[in-house]
Amino acid sequence: MELVSPGLGLIFWMTLSFGIVLFLLSKFVWPMILGSLKEREEGIANSLEAAQKAREEIQNLHSNNEELLKEARDEREEMIREARKLKDDLIDTAKDKADEEAKHIIENAKAVIEQEKTAALSALKNQVADLSIEIAEKLLKAELSKDKKQKELMDKLIGEANNQLN
Amino acid sequence: MIIRPVQYFLVALMFLFSGSVFAQHVEENESAHEESFNAGEMILEHVIDAYEWHILTYGDFHLSIPLPIIIYSDGRLVTFMSSAFHHGHTPALFDENNKLIQAEDIDHNQTIAFGLAVMKEGAHKGKLGYINTEKYIQHHQIEEAVEAGVPYDFSITKNVVSLWISLILIVLIFVIVAKSYKTRKGMAPKGLQSMLEPFIVFIRDDIAKASIGEKKYEKYLPYLLTIFFFIFFNNLFGLVPFFPGGANLTGNIAITMVLALFTFVITNVSGKKAYWIHIVNTPGVPWWLKIPIPLMPIVELVGLITKPFVLMVRLFANITAGHIIVLGFISLIFIFGNMHPAIGYGVSIVSIAFTIFLTFLEILVALIQAYVFTLLSALYFGAATEEHH
Repeated sequence: MELVSPGLGLIFWMTLSFGIVLFLLSKFVWPMILGSLKEREEGIANSLEAAQKAREEIQNLHSNNEELLKEARDEREEMIREARKLKDDLIDTAKDKADEEAKHIIENAKAVIEQEKTAALSALKNQVADLSIEIAEKLLKAELSKDKKQKELMDKLIGEANNQLN
Repeated sequence: MIIRPVQYFLVALMFLFSGSVFAQHVEENESAHEESFNAGEMILEHVIDAYEWHILTYGDFHLSIPLPIIIYSDGRLVTFMSSAFHHGHTPALFDENNKLIQAEDIDHNQTIAFGLAVMKEGAHKGKLGYINTEKYIQHHQIEEAVEAGVPYDFSITKNVVSLWISLILIVLIFVIVAKSYKTRKGMAPKGLQSMLEPFIVFIRDDIAKASIGEKKYEKYLPYLLTIFFFIFFNNLFGLVPFFPGGANLTGNIAITMVLALFTFVITNVSGKKAYWIHIVNTPGVPWWLKIPIPLMPIVELVGLITKPFVLMVRLFANITAGHIIVLGFISLIFIFGNMHPAIGYGVSIVSIAFTIFLTFLEILVALIQAYVFTLLSALYFGAATEEHH
């Protein structure tokens, strides 16, 4: 019986002491502990979130960098391409111009040559005509004196004319 | 009432261990060792409350701390030290001025107003009771002089001292822990703080939040934490076999009763409309169970009272049972030792092995019972504060 019959004194002291301790702990100790725990947990959660954000930002920066790099590379390539094109164009136009110039020079030369040729031909023609007239004159003179002599003279004159032509 | 089954259990164990060879011997010695060593008495003495804190006995030398006795009776407040009882062998006698009469002065011509003694048998066994002073002077036997009625006994017993020691320790521990939370703000826990933090977090997340709900758990958390650590610490203190441990505090029905009453009062004070409707007018039950005879309300009301009652008995029985079994194994050594010292030594090996095993089990039980009490309290609070189904 004594095992299962609660003692009055113990009930009284337990209620009083446990009540006081419960009050003290609930008023001063538990709020402090639980508050600090909560604060720390929130701090950890916030830090984790911030770290995640920072990581994302770095990722963004990284991709931005990559984009910038790619753009720069593209731009460079574009520039190179343009330069190459410009160079090709320049060379082409230069070539065209040179061709044209050459053609022009050649044409001019041709024209000059033609002119010289016609001039030479006309001069030759005139000389040949003069010579022909001279030969004819001399031939006529020799014909008149001696046949043989005339023939000799004729040959001699023709040889002279030949030399002159050459 | 309790002693009997324990004795049967021990006798059964005795036969189990000794076999038929020693059976004759046991019967012969039964009357002899009943005098010298009574296992049931010894076990009971160790699990119940006491007016003095007995530390050790060596031969005739008793080392025990006398504790103050506080009695309120017939408008008189009487206080004296329990050493006046001489370990329960003598009564404390008082004159008209409530003054204690010293033992050597008893036989002198003095007017003895009343006497108090620790009852040795009957309904109030182990508690303080009045004795008839004239009869005591004649027979010098407490048993012969017992009078009806008991005084209001507010004595600082062994369990009260143990309660105060444990409460001071709990307050000290948690003040230290709270301080380290303050000084190490936002930092990882360290030392005592890191040892207790898993328990605190467990009670908060897995008991309070899970049973009461995210919104209302904070109001009940301080109480749940306090009862958990109170029960857990005292279960462990109870396992320490020497001073200042060894008081079977959580295995005392008065302590568990007060704890259960705290839970009961908090549950019903915080009971919301839905909770009371559920008791008075249980939904989902045919009307004829409520209207002519309020059968369901009666059942619900019984359930209301059963809950704290079960809390009280579960903790008390678990802790006390563990202590009784451990003490039973220890008693075996002395029972067999009384037959023959050699058998006593032999049995002690088995007894110690079992005691070690049981002590480990008891450490587990200490935690489990603290957890169960806290969890059930939280569940009751959760049911009381539930808004609707």
